[in-house]
Amino acid sequence: MRPPADIQPQEVLDYLKAQEAKTLLRFLTCGSVDDGKSTLIGRLLYDSKLLFEDQLAALDVAAGNGQAGVPDLASLVDGLQAEQEQGITIDVAYRFFATETRKFIVADTPGHEQYTRNMATGASTADLAVILIDARKGVLTQTRRHSYIASLLGIRHVILAVNKMDLVGYGQDRFDDIVSDYFAFAQALGFAEITTIPVSALKGDNVISASTQMPWYSGPSLLEQLEAVDVARDVQDAPFRFPVQWVNRPDLDFRGYSGTVTSGSVRPGDEVTILPSFKTSRVERIVTFDGDLDEAFAGQAITLVLADQVDVSRGDVLACSDAPPEITDQFAAHLIWMHDEPLLPERSYLLKMANQTVPAVVTELKHVVNVNTMEQLAAKTLELNEIGFCNLALDRAVTYEPYKQTRELGGFVLIDRITNQTVGAGMIEFGLRRATNLVWQELYIDKARRSVMNKQRPCVLWFTGLSGSGKSTIASLVERRLHALTHRTYILDGDNVRHGLNKDLGFTDVDRVENIRRVAEVSSLMVDAGLIVLVSFISPFRNERRLARDMLGEGEFLEIFVDTPLEVCEARDPKGLYEKARAGDIKNFTGIDSPYEVPEQADITVDTTTLSPEAAAEHVVAVLKDRKLIE
Amino acid sequence: MLTHLQALEAESIHIMREVAAEARKPVMLYSIGKDSAVMLHLAMKAFYPSKPPFPLLHVDTTWKFAEMIAFRDQTVKRLGLDLLVHINPQGLEQGIGPFSHGSAVHTDIMKTQALKQALDEHGFDAAFGGARRDEEKSRAKERIFSFRSKAHRWDPKNQRPELWNAYNTRINRGESIRVFPLSNWTELDIWQYIHLENIPIVPLYFAAERPVVTRGGTMIMVDDDRMPLEPGEVPETRMVRFRTLGCYPLTGAIASTATSLPEIIQEMLVANTSEREGRVIDHDQAASMEKKKQEGYF
Repeated sequence: MRPPADIQPQEVLDYLKAQEAKTLLRFLTCGSVDDGKSTLIGRLLYDSKLLFEDQLAALDVAAGNGQAGVPDLASLVDGLQAEQEQGITIDVAYRFFATETRKFIVADTPGHEQYTRNMATGASTADLAVILIDARKGVLTQTRRHSYIASLLGIRHVILAVNKMDLVGYGQDRFDDIVSDYFAFAQALGFAEITTIPVSALKGDNVISASTQMPWYSGPSLLEQLEAVDVARDVQDAPFRFPVQWVNRPDLDFRGYSGTVTSGSVRPGDEVTILPSFKTSRVERIVTFDGDLDEAFAGQAITLVLADQVDVSRGDVLACSDAPPEITDQFAAHLIWMHDEPLLPERSYLLKMANQTVPAVVTELKHVVNVNTMEQLAAKTLELNEIGFCNLALDRAVTYEPYKQTRELGGFVLIDRITNQTVGAGMIEFGLRRATNLVWQELYIDKARRSVMNKQRPCVLWFTGLSGSGKSTIASLVERRLHALTHRTYILDGDNVRHGLNKDLGFTDVDRVENIRRVAEVSSLMVDAGLIVLVSFISPFRNERRLARDMLGEGEFLEIFVDTPLEVCEARDPKGLYEKARAGDIKNFTGIDSPYEVPEQADITVDTTTLSPEAAAEHVVAVLKDRKLIE
Repeated sequence: MLTHLQALEAESIHIMREVAAEARKPVMLYSIGKDSAVMLHLAMKAFYPSKPPFPLLHVDTTWKFAEMIAFRDQTVKRLGLDLLVHINPQGLEQGIGPFSHGSAVHTDIMKTQALKQALDEHGFDAAFGGARRDEEKSRAKERIFSFRSKAHRWDPKNQRPELWNAYNTRINRGESIRVFPLSNWTELDIWQYIHLENIPIVPLYFAAERPVVTRGGTMIMVDDDRMPLEPGEVPETRMVRFRTLGCYPLTGAIASTATSLPEIIQEMLVANTSEREGRVIDHDQAASMEKKKQEGYF
């Protein structure tokens, strides 16, 4: 709140001194569309005199839907123009206010059904949730959902604000009924503290100070509770964790590791273990711009210098040697899906967590949680705003802790590898195949030795293109030429594989991904065995082709785009499939009612409208020689 | 437990290091004002003992206060940093200015378009800006790592969810990210931090006798002789200062006697208007900032 208008310069200095000791509380507000969330935040800003005259003037212009005499508090908070027109808040907005003892960052998140995603986003950085209930309506489905998501995201403190008490005559009975309804289901969610407060955001009752309308309520006002709540997440007492964010190397004489302490504390002289290598060293200095520190705590951004020349890079975690975290390449996690395109199990996404970015696939979707009833249901995919419990497998081991212990080491986002959109967010529950020291089974006869014996570098020639484009024809001609040159080869043909290995799979998106994964896995084994593998697969999605590419080593995967226009393929129609697809007898047919994503950076493109199949095959073999894959 | 300023400082440093670690070619937009001063100070802290691993970029509209340019050059010299200055060459050629073309055209050509030119020319894939969420409504919803299309457009309806501090920095070629390390700071936080850390700021923030004319209720400083005076208009010398700095013809002064930081903070604490009110460009149209931001304005 602002000081009086006649404050003197000396008092300003005292005021500033006092301000320096303030702490920070991040909280989020959630409720249904009409619970009056935006009005409540507007009220907190308005009553703590943080609205300026020009902002109030802008409100009057913007209003039109407010009550006479009362500023339209909600319109101050609802940010974007399009949202103002729709009359709802649809994204996460951040608001700021401060009192004598605390600065507050409020994440205002929507209560609309479709926006679980936004609430989870706001909750991820919040320590407390204010859950609003309309006193006239009581506990609703949305109330349950918001409480569940808050608990899932690790929020331990809840304020249940029963709003619009003015519209139910400020009655205690109504309030008590709602509170007992709420406790009936919220107890299972494991919150550390639930405070219940009857308020009227519109009239200001119990928002800043005690209401005269409800003498039966003797607890704190909303603001009093926000100021008083102790949210220390035990992170200071937890073991020391420090994910390395940036290697600080100004010159040859200095090598430091910059990052933010996520839990515990550290002093010079402490022994630390470096994950995932499990090497150890000792902290020599804690460097900051303001001088070296004797001790650093959770939350501080520092630079550590170690006593030994050890190999440390971004994504490594420095931890106290008494209790280092574990590493794993498989874990079970809750996953919130955040994108219109559903989750595809077995599709490769990028997982980002604590400065580590690793390819990851969901290997098993155990169940989907009905956020309204908390029931667990079977499912094959996750749609936007759905929450599932699943196993994930990573390309390499990461350092982690269960989300409940450390948010920063257990909370991750999933990123689509083509669009780069953030498509999901997850919270690790526990590691599978945990390891405190990971050892690979060493095999003596390896790919390199086989390669020498075979006089060829094994690789996959991945032919992609529309049905009828000439993939199989060209692949077959290439194989004949390679065979004549005494190379060891094998052809995996899409149609043939579907008769055997993949005969249990259909043509849905999920099945297509699995189809590709199996073929890529088999090709990868064959490459390991030393063969040149020719794969002839429509493989219409970039993501799936990239999945296959990622399963192989650098330079072992050549994407060959057999570029034949749809009209030409359809005119050829060697198997009569286009005719059937056009007639509607085949669904999800690539090029007709299912897309083909053209390769952006194919290793080889053959245009069959200008090249004969023989010439195309010659071209492919020439490229193999060029790249020294064959002698 | 950290104080609120320590917590904000640590968050900003984390954000800057993340960009340094993940962006191919980052740059820091330096607008010379108090927020830029704080952002630059934080950058010096974030990478110490290294220098910030990116250059500063100033988009010069040619209409900045002369004192701003002098302060800019001093600052860069004092800290030993690389500064790139970009002026829109077509705009310069056409003589675009706020008096001849109005604030909307001037801002678009000399600021928004100029910024895009500079980013494209150097191929920067991440650009730090000093914007704060408390400044203005549409900023309150913008992410800390804010994605821009190849055409530099911001799509407020299609922002990436941003959880914890697991920032998604991935982009395809030609796309870029604007990064706002001061997102969670308020105007008061900025002033408190400047006070606490003793950060140098442009003298224009302090009250002094300056020549001004009053137009439409706004005091405009006559910073150079390019300012056309209307018939009978005579600049008067008044004790004024600025709460926010931009192009001098577009920045209103306030009457003030505050010559020290505590006095400035005192004025701010009891003020009845928000800081952007002194900016002419925000008032052009309803939701004008959101439109400008979508088009690539910072």
